[in-house]
Amino acid sequence: MSRTWLISAAAAAALLIGLGGAQAADKKLVVGFSQIGSESGWRAAETKTAKTEAEKRGIDLKISDAQQKQENQIKAVRSFVAQGVDAIFIAPVVATGWDSVLKEAKEAKIPVVLLDRQIETRDPGLYMTAVTSDTVLEGRVAGEWLAKQTGGTCNVVELQGTVGSSPAINRKKGFDEVVAKNPGMKIIRTQSGDFTRAKGKEVMESFIKAENGGKGICAVYAHNDDMAVGAIQAIKEAGLKPGKDILVVSIDGVPDIFKAMADGEANATVELTPNMAGPAFDALIAFKKDGKAPPKWIQTESALFTPDTAKAEYERRKDAY
Amino acid sequence: MIHRFLPLLVTSAVLVVGFLLCAAQFPNFASLRVVGNLLTDNAFLGITAVGMTFVILSGGIDLSVGAVIGFTTVLLAVLIEQGGWHPFSAFAVALAVAGGFGAAMGAVIHVFQMPPFIVTLAGMFVARGLGFVLSTDSIPINHPLYAELGDLALRFDGGGKLTLPALLMLGVVAAAVVCAHWTRFGANLYALGGNRQSAELMGVPVGRTTVAVYALSGLLAGLAGIVFSLYTGAGYSLAATGVELDTITAVVIGGTQLTGGYGYVIGTFIGVLIQGLIQTYITFDGSLSSWWTKIAIGVLLFVFILLQKGLLAVWTGRGGAPAEA
Repeated sequence: MSRTWLISAAAAAALLIGLGGAQAADKKLVVGFSQIGSESGWRAAETKTAKTEAEKRGIDLKISDAQQKQENQIKAVRSFVAQGVDAIFIAPVVATGWDSVLKEAKEAKIPVVLLDRQIETRDPGLYMTAVTSDTVLEGRVAGEWLAKQTGGTCNVVELQGTVGSSPAINRKKGFDEVVAKNPGMKIIRTQSGDFTRAKGKEVMESFIKAENGGKGICAVYAHNDDMAVGAIQAIKEAGLKPGKDILVVSIDGVPDIFKAMADGEANATVELTPNMAGPAFDALIAFKKDGKAPPKWIQTESALFTPDTAKAEYERRKDAY
Repeated sequence: MIHRFLPLLVTSAVLVVGFLLCAAQFPNFASLRVVGNLLTDNAFLGITAVGMTFVILSGGIDLSVGAVIGFTTVLLAVLIEQGGWHPFSAFAVALAVAGGFGAAMGAVIHVFQMPPFIVTLAGMFVARGLGFVLSTDSIPINHPLYAELGDLALRFDGGGKLTLPALLMLGVVAAAVVCAHWTRFGANLYALGGNRQSAELMGVPVGRTTVAVYALSGLLAGLAGIVFSLYTGAGYSLAATGVELDTITAVVIGGTQLTGGYGYVIGTFIGVLIQGLIQTYITFDGSLSSWWTKIAIGVLLFVFILLQKGLLAVWTGRGGAPAEA
């Protein structure tokens, strides 16, 4: 452990650091994205879309998968701040506990955009904008389609999402608004299918049994596509034709529901777009160019899809998911 | 004498070389801010790992620490937000509960001669479950003192800072080094882990030491829970899942033998920093899957265990035992 050894090590370190400094010349916009994880097909599609949207705009996107842990997300955001990125995107895993790390980003003058979920904070000035869908609108769009399709007379059974979750509450609320406006429309049964295929099927089976073999049911409204796919299975097993004897309308727009629509077994889905990053990039670029702050909430489109385009949409999506 | 410190030297070298490599690749890496982040972000892990080092030195293991952290954050949030307690009294209660929980596990291990693995596994389920019973939601803690404590830091140029969690961890590590190497308790610990029977014959109070070491581990997990709740400003029953495994990893990478009786607290501290460094590197890179963190740490762990095994073989071949510290 001689002195010369120490000196040469220090010199080597200095050289290495110097070399590193020389690379920082190019002026590409650098965005750090702290993603929750890859727990569902939709989430994976969101990450994938973020990558392609970044490429389209020539943005250098750094993605950190938090493996479902908030501490990992906080660490990632801190690292992004230390790295001096131009903006930080966060898809927050829980709503609370972001204040101190967002304050750090703000002190470093790095704008933060929330993707797909909101947070609870004392100071909304800590983030620039949030890009999320309007889940009430999704329910309303689904309801309006059904009202139009049936001339406003229909006995609906409803498969709710996870009890107490915000998408389940809001998707119900939006649909209920339409039902209230149409005296001929009634929700005759409603129960939670927990957003899963298996539970969706199970609950639908019990609905069919309770409604005289399904004769009294005009349509099923599922809070997500997975439950609808389960319900379709149950309808088929009861000897009825899904999409004809019982109409099927749901929300999300995952590839499997487009496949079902192409086969004539489902009637409509409202898309929850996985492209949350695209609008966020646009808002960011506009902000960097002329300093114009975007609105505090950027709503993504809630587009309705029906069987006539299902085949093409399925082809378009199956690679993204 | 050098061979006694060899695992520690290797660990330190890995940290230094790793840091230089990162600094070479990313211009902003070699900054006080990154070093400060490393200490703050891993504070709860470091504090827990110190307790784990003691447990492993004594020849045991404590799988309950991650769950105790999660439980503590929820307990704090419930006491402060729903019970209207002052944070400091809530801290005291949380530390007492966590320490008592650890002591109870230690007592069961000693009195019933049960394997620590099973007892603390049960403790893990109990603590995690209790957290969920208190609340399944993530509860924000809005007490003004929390914001103040969160802002408390020694600031340096260039955005670098030593936050309260980081300072707490450094304090715990320093106190633990003293405790392990210069106190009766520390000597008892090494003796117990080295050989339980001869320790007993030498008059080491085995029961008392066992209870104390698990109480200490629980207490430090409670402290880590406080730090974690400061860090996120919330209590969440799912917080810190899997942290027990991260801490065991840090302890082993730090050169402590899993069978007990040999190792250094400071090595554990370096082990924690190595894990943090790998994670920071992957975030800086931004294109690698974050699961590479786990793979890299897994490989490191494997290499270190082989290294220990090899060294042990060399020592016994020479007719000398690994020296006690």
